[in-house]
Amino acid sequence: MAEPLLDIRDLSVHYKTPRGDLKALRQVNLAIPTGKIVGVVGESGCGKSTLISAILRLMSPNAQVAGGRIGFKGEDLLALSEERMRALRGKEISIVFQDPMQAHNPVLTIGRQMADIQYRDGTSAAEKRRHAAAMLGQVGIPDPQMRLDQYPHEFSGGMRQRIAIAMALMARPALLIADEPTTALDATLEVQVIHKLKALQADYGCSILFISHHLGVIAELCDQVVVMYAGEVVEQGSVREVFHAPQHPYTRRLLACDPGRIKERTRTLPTIPGEVPDLAALPRGCVFRERCHDAIERCATEHPAWRSLSDGHHAACHIAGQAGGKDQ
Amino acid sequence: MTDLLEVDDVKVRFPVGGGFLTSLGIGPAPSIEAVAGVSLRVKQGETYAVVGESGSGKTTLARAVAGLLTAQEGSIRFQGTELRGLPESQFRPHRRHMAMMFQDPVGSLSPRLTIKYLITEPYRIHGLKDRDLDAEARRLLEMVGLPGEFAQRYPYQLSGGQARRVGVARALALDPKLILADEPTAGLDVSVQGELLNLLSDLRDRLGVAMMVITHNLNVVRHIADRVGIMYLGRLVEEGPTEAVFAGPKHPYTLALLAANPEPDPDAVLDRIELKGEPPSLLKRPAACEFHNRCPFVQDNCAVDTPGWQAVAADHHHRCHWPRS
Repeated sequence: MAEPLLDIRDLSVHYKTPRGDLKALRQVNLAIPTGKIVGVVGESGCGKSTLISAILRLMSPNAQVAGGRIGFKGEDLLALSEERMRALRGKEISIVFQDPMQAHNPVLTIGRQMADIQYRDGTSAAEKRRHAAAMLGQVGIPDPQMRLDQYPHEFSGGMRQRIAIAMALMARPALLIADEPTTALDATLEVQVIHKLKALQADYGCSILFISHHLGVIAELCDQVVVMYAGEVVEQGSVREVFHAPQHPYTRRLLACDPGRIKERTRTLPTIPGEVPDLAALPRGCVFRERCHDAIERCATEHPAWRSLSDGHHAACHIAGQAGGKDQ
Repeated sequence: MTDLLEVDDVKVRFPVGGGFLTSLGIGPAPSIEAVAGVSLRVKQGETYAVVGESGSGKTTLARAVAGLLTAQEGSIRFQGTELRGLPESQFRPHRRHMAMMFQDPVGSLSPRLTIKYLITEPYRIHGLKDRDLDAEARRLLEMVGLPGEFAQRYPYQLSGGQARRVGVARALALDPKLILADEPTAGLDVSVQGELLNLLSDLRDRLGVAMMVITHNLNVVRHIADRVGIMYLGRLVEEGPTEAVFAGPKHPYTLALLAANPEPDPDAVLDRIELKGEPPSLLKRPAACEFHNRCPFVQDNCAVDTPGWQAVAADHHHRCHWPRS
């Protein structure tokens, strides 16, 4: 198999706090193959945002990489000079944020903002404008020439998010990071944005790291899925394997909780009782043990290793791969 | 069951921009109609969901009901009393019986006040000074499943799900008849979302409180709402019992919304309905049926005749010339 575009190995990131080190990411392994869409799911606080900021190296001042590497096109992003990193951001790796209403500068026209971000290209203003109009057309904005002279508030939420996607793809990045890009949109627009993203990904051949807690969107858009819990990756595999044959008990519980899966009206929706452990005072053994129905003695003492279950399907659980489980 | 809330043909307009002549008071001031004639009923103990895309006017409608902004036309009767047009001083005694849960759970809690202060604030506002606030705070926290010691905490010490629960506790303080919940689950993870919805269902059963839930999450509607109203450009385009609307949507917009809902199954066969174009601007409302320019089933008369409010069953209505079967 070819080397993945993004290859994160044993990445640990801690935040310095008055209470001690908050271990936000611990020994995270994650690979994004070239031309694939990889989804990351997990509850708030599981480390999704820390992961993005580590890849972009835009971490808060109290964050500290405690170990590991972030391989990108054969280089370790964590070892690059700040100058090299700046050259990569926006060109090789770009990002679409959650809130389309705040992603653009409200006092500049869309055309001006789209021209500004082509500063590296050294092309003429007319050429930049042509490129910007072509990109707007690509994401399905009608009358792109005219719309370039309008301000962000003159576009709907769905359009603004598509413009953000157009801007992120303008420099033909190898990796696009999309941080919950559809949470602010309703169902019909959400589907529109997902389809657009999928079509553009196929055209451009880039890889996408797609963060979401909407399981339906992940199932529809992604090739692979990574499940995170309390700062660890607990399972990764193809969307089909993880959704149909989840191996980590947390993944099984998370899938069972999705009201989208429950077609019959119910009085009581399933939940995952208990709390996520304190990241500054982690328990011994497995981080999910206290909420797990399948825990065995070993889970209290020994941290489960990251194991390969079948080609491309990994999980960090002592009992993964064994048939059954009380949650199934 | 009697009608707790009766909303009839309510319209809410906002002034927009306008030019030089408007500033001189010449010519009509331009405005948009965010809520353009909505009628609905919420019965005692019933959960009514208002669904629609952002900008469809659903939050504006809830705010008009709570008297947080003024409806220019129509009637809003709550427990039999007309509320529209009441001055704030006369509105306030009625607002005691309706509570609003706001969209942003952490943002709606002042960061410098303790949870105890925040959830007992309604007693201060409504002059109920004789209550034992410590005991009330404990009682309310218990009702929403939070430990009593949370009373001493500050909002930043809460998780998103806990902040929502505090929002529910505050809404329950005055023993309301109606809770207006604006996007109660937005931004919550699925497991926490389930907890909150279970809590709301449980409170409805225990306290008999009615709820008007504003949401764009159809999965939420299916599990908690008795009846649902679908809004498009400030008007209801369909309304009926939740089961009937989910099983047999009549308006094409309802059908598109239901079909768009992504399935958490990579092998799901999806029968999507593609909507044309973008939601129109409220400044340029389409003529006749306002959905005709995006409708996949549009016919000649849709751009000419305005469809009326038609009944499928006694409690299931829609606004379409060519309803789906």
